[in-house]
Amino acid sequence: MTNLRINGQVHSVEATNDTPLLWVLRDLLGLTGTKFGCGIAQCGACTVHIDGNAVRSCLLPIGSIQDRAITTIEAIGDTPEGARVQKAWLDLEVVQCGYCQSGQVMAAAALLKSTPHPDDADIDAAMAGNICRCGTYVRIRAAIKQAAGAS
Amino acid sequence: MNASCNSLDAAGSRREFLKVSVAAGGGLLLGFALPRAHAAEHAESALPPFAPDAFIRIDRNGAVTLIMSQVEMGQGIYTSISQILADELDVDFSRVVVEAAPPNDALYTNGALGFQVTGGSTSIRVFWMPMRKAGASARAMLVEAAAATWRVDPGSCRTANSEVIHEPSGRRLSYGALVDRAARSTPPKDPTLKARKDFQLIGTPARRLDSPDKVNGRAIFGIDAMPAGVKFATLRASPVFGGKVAHVDEAGARDVPGVRQVIVLDDLVAVVGDHMWAAKKGLDALQISWDEGLNAAVSSEQLFNEIRAASDRDGVVAKSVGDIGKALSSNKIEATYHVPFLAHAPMEPMNCTVHVRPDACEIWVGNQVITRTQAVAAKITGLPLGKVLVHNHLIGGGFGRRLEVDGIAKAVRIAQKVDGPVKIVWTREEDIQQAMYRPLYFDRLAAVLADGKITAWRHRIVGSSILARFAPPAFVNGMDSDAVDGAIDFPYDVPNIHVDYVRQEPTAIPTCFWRGVGPTHNIFVIESFVDELAHRAGKDPVQFRLDQLQGAPRLRACLELVAKKAGWGQTLPARVGRGVAAQSVFGSYLATIAEAEVDRNGEVKVRRVVCAVDCGIAVNPDTIAAQIEGGLIFGFTAALHSQITIAKGRVQQNNFNDYRMMRINEAPSIEVHLIQSGEAPGGIGEPGTVAAAPSLANALFAATGVRLRQLPIDRDALAGKKPA
Repeated sequence: MTNLRINGQVHSVEATNDTPLLWVLRDLLGLTGTKFGCGIAQCGACTVHIDGNAVRSCLLPIGSIQDRAITTIEAIGDTPEGARVQKAWLDLEVVQCGYCQSGQVMAAAALLKSTPHPDDADIDAAMAGNICRCGTYVRIRAAIKQAAGAS
Repeated sequence: MNASCNSLDAAGSRREFLKVSVAAGGGLLLGFALPRAHAAEHAESALPPFAPDAFIRIDRNGAVTLIMSQVEMGQGIYTSISQILADELDVDFSRVVVEAAPPNDALYTNGALGFQVTGGSTSIRVFWMPMRKAGASARAMLVEAAAATWRVDPGSCRTANSEVIHEPSGRRLSYGALVDRAARSTPPKDPTLKARKDFQLIGTPARRLDSPDKVNGRAIFGIDAMPAGVKFATLRASPVFGGKVAHVDEAGARDVPGVRQVIVLDDLVAVVGDHMWAAKKGLDALQISWDEGLNAAVSSEQLFNEIRAASDRDGVVAKSVGDIGKALSSNKIEATYHVPFLAHAPMEPMNCTVHVRPDACEIWVGNQVITRTQAVAAKITGLPLGKVLVHNHLIGGGFGRRLEVDGIAKAVRIAQKVDGPVKIVWTREEDIQQAMYRPLYFDRLAAVLADGKITAWRHRIVGSSILARFAPPAFVNGMDSDAVDGAIDFPYDVPNIHVDYVRQEPTAIPTCFWRGVGPTHNIFVIESFVDELAHRAGKDPVQFRLDQLQGAPRLRACLELVAKKAGWGQTLPARVGRGVAAQSVFGSYLATIAEAEVDRNGEVKVRRVVCAVDCGIAVNPDTIAAQIEGGLIFGFTAALHSQITIAKGRVQQNNFNDYRMMRINEAPSIEVHLIQSGEAPGGIGEPGTVAAAPSLANALFAATGVRLRQLPIDRDALAGKKPA
């Protein structure tokens, strides 16, 4: 039994320590907003926050997390950066299929927390790990700038 | 928004429902008919010629539900179709609810393709007029009901925001209050449609209905389905196409905590567990030996040699104008082009959740061909169609991959061995290696120039026929109309044109549609070769095209606009070039200018792209811009990075580490300029993808003088380290 602090609530889960957080969130806890894309931390669809930092949950063993705070897409709107990112995403109609967008929103929210006014290079560095197959990159960049401007 | 649907009714019983009647929940149900242009060619041709196809539902409380025959996979179709319906209906758009249609070819046929399918950039083209008529018809019935209630002339009433208003007396009735009376009236045969100037939603950048739930994790895709008691499984099929399981040692898997079951079928192995990690670990712990069969030696080199050899055969003539033999008799300029196999790699890996019971089968999936999903499950389980319940979902990227039901078939076969519902999720590696692929194509071109113009054009296309498998009745006399799509629409004023097609199926490798289908390949080849000819003629590539587009005024206007907006002709730094491409495919006209920079190592940076689009009436201009932006990036990804290669009968690529995607740091700035038009709407999901490779390849030539006649781009050739 492992205790995980997710979105402010402690969950006890029955899974081995090597189980990646992604599958605990999705399959055991029903938090399906966090997505599976590649399983090798190459696409960013599974991005969550651990103590406010963006982390790929597909390679993060639950045994390594201890009592650090896990935030998922379902609760990111409760943070100021998350709310601003979500609003900018809607204002600029970033979304197409939407499958990668949970991860994009999480990565962007973490970027704005650490770098409230990112330039293009900051955006490239923070967001290049998140693939969007629909190709919404032009709008993601614009939305991050808009969200930063709203701070 | 959870786009799920239910129908255990057999197709026939559902149809009865369609006559205008009071719906079970109380309210007005309205069906409408679509013209079915190619229906007779399809196996479902026994359908009546004007079968009703979709619904508007208005409840007594005024809630408007629009039932979507077309699936939402990012193209914004739920919103665009809703705009059309809601505009003609005059309903409050903020209160519209959409619902995915159940599987039913009789009701939801795509008139261009003959069954219930979302693809080929057809949705708006096909459903534009029927949706308007449906909206207008329902509106007329509501007006009639209100007029009868008030005993006034319907002509003295108008509608707005889900209300009928009697202007002279100021009386108002909400649609909800009118549904019972409206349901008893007869739908008008030929309802009056709004004039274009009266559109309130059509032509506006209405907010996407699906966006809010996609930024907060609430949207439910197929992979998110969680029926009670669901188990989780993953699978491995023979790495060699067509191979079989020889032996499985299950011992290792049984020791993995959370593993429940190992399933061995003739061509695949699956492990079921309490969660995906247990299933995956279990699968990795199995010792599987394969009987690789006949395809164990197939290689990319062999397939390329076969397709090149096939290009020497005469093809089936797709288009012939003038006297090509005579026109090509001297000063012929020739080139060959080829493009690779491609995987779709949608961000949502292939998946399907299935519950097979003795008397029924229930499926949760996101798929572009929901009736085929139902049919394949019925066939495998032996159940009648009406006992296969399909919940269709939002799709996390289709691009043609989800036009196929190979994954559904595998999932149902696995689920037959499982007691209870099971969610089968492909690993990314399995998704890429056990896919169906955009075909390899090989093209031979020949042309003659005289006085700076093309006087003869011959184009031979060699490749797999997807249509022959996907829609056999559409494959007529050896001609695949998709394989030559774009090529037979050659837009330039050339007196002698000859296009033919040679079918060459690649040994062992399954092929299927991929975003942009035929035109993605053909326009790359055509616009690259036209560019070669412009340079041979010593002409500016834009002017060379303009000079020969007298017969294509809409395309010509796009080209003029894009040249102006891009600043064509400006001086550029060294190793930066601009390339142009023009196309008229999917009922839309595009001219595109890409600007790219090439470093000394041949690395390419696409810097800026400008696109001028005439897609007729723009239902949602913002969605159109988004589709062009995304489509271009999809196409640049392929041109810059993508190819599936085969060795020892296996796909060599694994995951995003070696099947690369364009990332944000590589993405260019993109400007989309829409030309105002009153023409019927064109398709827009695929044209952007089509424009990418030719505009880029022509830009790379301008930057380096190196002509690339194959994809993906060859960086060594661009660096001058080897010939192209």
